[in-house]
Amino acid sequence: MKSALKESGMTALIAFLLFGPLSGLVLSGYGIEVHGFRPLLMAGLVFVGHLCFTLFARSSLGREWSASVFGRRDGGVTVARGERGHRLLIAGVMLLAFSLPLFLSKYWISVAILALIYVLLALGLNIVVGLAGMLDLGFVAFYAVGAYGYALGFEYLGLGFWAAIPFGALLAALFGAVLGFPVLRMHGDYLAIVTLGFGEIIRLVLNNWGSFTGGPNGVRVPAATFFGLEFSRRAKQGGEPFHQFFNITYSSAHKTIFLYGVLLVVVLLITFFVVRLRRMPLGRAWEALREDEIACRSLGINHVTTKLSAFSMGAMVGGVGGVFFAASQGFVNPSSFTFFESALILAVVVLGGMGSTVGVIVAAIVLTVLPEILRDLASYRVLAFGLAMVLMMIWRPRGLIRPQRPFFPIKGSS
Amino acid sequence: MDLIIFVQQLINGLVLGSIYGLIAVGYTMVYGIIGMINFAHGEIYMISAYLTAVFLALLATLGIQSVPLVLLLVLLLTTLFTALYGWSIERVAYRPLRSSTRLAPLISAIGMTLVLQNYVRLGQGAKSQGVPPLIEGHFRLFLTGSDQFVQITYIQCLIIVAALLGMSLLTYLMQKTTLGRSCRATQQDRIMAGLLGVNTDRIISTVFVLGSAMAAIAGVLVSLNYGSFDFHIGFVTGIKAFTAAVLGGIGSLPGAMLGGLILGLSESFFSGFVNTDYKDVFAFSILVLVLIFKPSGLLGVPEVEKV
Repeated sequence: MKSALKESGMTALIAFLLFGPLSGLVLSGYGIEVHGFRPLLMAGLVFVGHLCFTLFARSSLGREWSASVFGRRDGGVTVARGERGHRLLIAGVMLLAFSLPLFLSKYWISVAILALIYVLLALGLNIVVGLAGMLDLGFVAFYAVGAYGYALGFEYLGLGFWAAIPFGALLAALFGAVLGFPVLRMHGDYLAIVTLGFGEIIRLVLNNWGSFTGGPNGVRVPAATFFGLEFSRRAKQGGEPFHQFFNITYSSAHKTIFLYGVLLVVVLLITFFVVRLRRMPLGRAWEALREDEIACRSLGINHVTTKLSAFSMGAMVGGVGGVFFAASQGFVNPSSFTFFESALILAVVVLGGMGSTVGVIVAAIVLTVLPEILRDLASYRVLAFGLAMVLMMIWRPRGLIRPQRPFFPIKGSS
Repeated sequence: MDLIIFVQQLINGLVLGSIYGLIAVGYTMVYGIIGMINFAHGEIYMISAYLTAVFLALLATLGIQSVPLVLLLVLLLTTLFTALYGWSIERVAYRPLRSSTRLAPLISAIGMTLVLQNYVRLGQGAKSQGVPPLIEGHFRLFLTGSDQFVQITYIQCLIIVAALLGMSLLTYLMQKTTLGRSCRATQQDRIMAGLLGVNTDRIISTVFVLGSAMAAIAGVLVSLNYGSFDFHIGFVTGIKAFTAAVLGGIGSLPGAMLGGLILGLSESFFSGFVNTDYKDVFAFSILVLVLIFKPSGLLGVPEVEKV
């Protein structure tokens, strides 16, 4: 008890020294305002938290707990039992997702759109980071390529929304392949830094090449259309607008609902695609490469094409996310594609559990919707994300939901 | 080529390179000893800039006027507190991950980056902050027979001198003292060093403290030189300093300084003679190209992959 108190006291003292100058002495002009209470409060919290944790860890219950959490760090993969039981649940979730527009306001539907875009981005990054084990810190580049593919595709090639989805996807996949090729020989952290460099280069080029991309002012993006029917009150490009054609009263929410529906279908398709992919030889090769590259190469797996396929498929999914982002915003500019955005997507993947499709989807939805509900705490959002990333790595590096390996029962055996 | 612009960019490049070098030391030492990229190191530099402003204001409130005293105190206090930050980050975010997978510390470091940036944003506000000019004045070298001149401010001189001093002190520490020998031993083989009685955890902490202290020196001097900063500055400067570390050969101390100088000079000449808008693109391209074609850098040892 005494040593625990002493230890917590030391920790609190260090915390006070750390927090003191930066949160207790606030700069205003060339002078300072003293907020003595803030560092004291934080040091107090650290003291209480540390004391509780130490005492808990020393009790017999705590010892068991820490042994169960920290003891089996690498045994994080469980084999999936069949999926029959899940079907009902999946059908229920799909039904709920499709009926959401019936009882949500337009604002909340646009939040749902944002959540689904993050689901796409997280699924894409999960292929690269979670399955293939390559840390990509420049994933936002492909998001940007998709968004700008739509915006500039309309401006220069006259592509509409429907053409932009495959165009953005292919363009992003192409970028993924081109950027991926030179970096494949690298491992781990070097790869992370190179992709970070690429991501920043693409953003800076978008920002500086004003004559082509519109520079920091961005580009306007045309609204999505329903098979050529516009969602505005009066059709700008001739023809009938959507509400006249179907003889319903005009509502500005139609466009949002439509976009939500299309996005939901795309997300479901891609989820299905990713889930199936994991069971295919390609998906298994990704995971095997993640675990041990040298062993894979000696077993005859072509590591270049395998990694390249992971990189460009992840990029493709990210590109689709970008197209929908552009369509929902009606406007893109480079400031939406900073490194910070990459870090957020990575946070989603990490918190969902790298490699776990369900976990990543849940994390993407929770992490987008939660800050909207807790509006007052919005400024603490990123701080909390960062803390959660650190804690996650210490406590459960494989994510909150344990990833499951696909399992194939052999016929005839029990 | 215009001689005046050339010499001016040479000086600017040397100053910039010294700063990159000072920050790169932190990256290179940490990578050398535990093989991880301390992504949060750029934020350490950002924190030291804020601490500089806070301590300057504090000393002004306490009524200390003498410029050398203020400079010395600010340098000392900022270095101490920044080093404490470096130590705590290692203790909280990296040490528990010592036996984890290779990507875990890097992800933890990215989390730490978000934490530090937003902590400073919440604590000190999002708007950019500044420090009052402490040392004013400059040398001017005139070209004979014209009124064109090359200018170097006192602070710029101070930056170059401080970088040289800091680096020689660090080199001495690493090469001649017991602490340095333990550091080098841990770098070569952590397990063996531990078996021979080196407290490797303490050595790793020391390395974080030393790296942060160097970044703090850079932070103080840059704040005094440019006068203003915000909570974003850590990211780009951090990446560039990392580029310098990679360019010089990551893990090598003289390499960090050399890489810093090369990067600073080439960036300075690029923005002076080619294009200012694309100078960051230029620096990032160097990073990408070096990592692709010569990941071991100029003075580094190539990494051998063992099965």
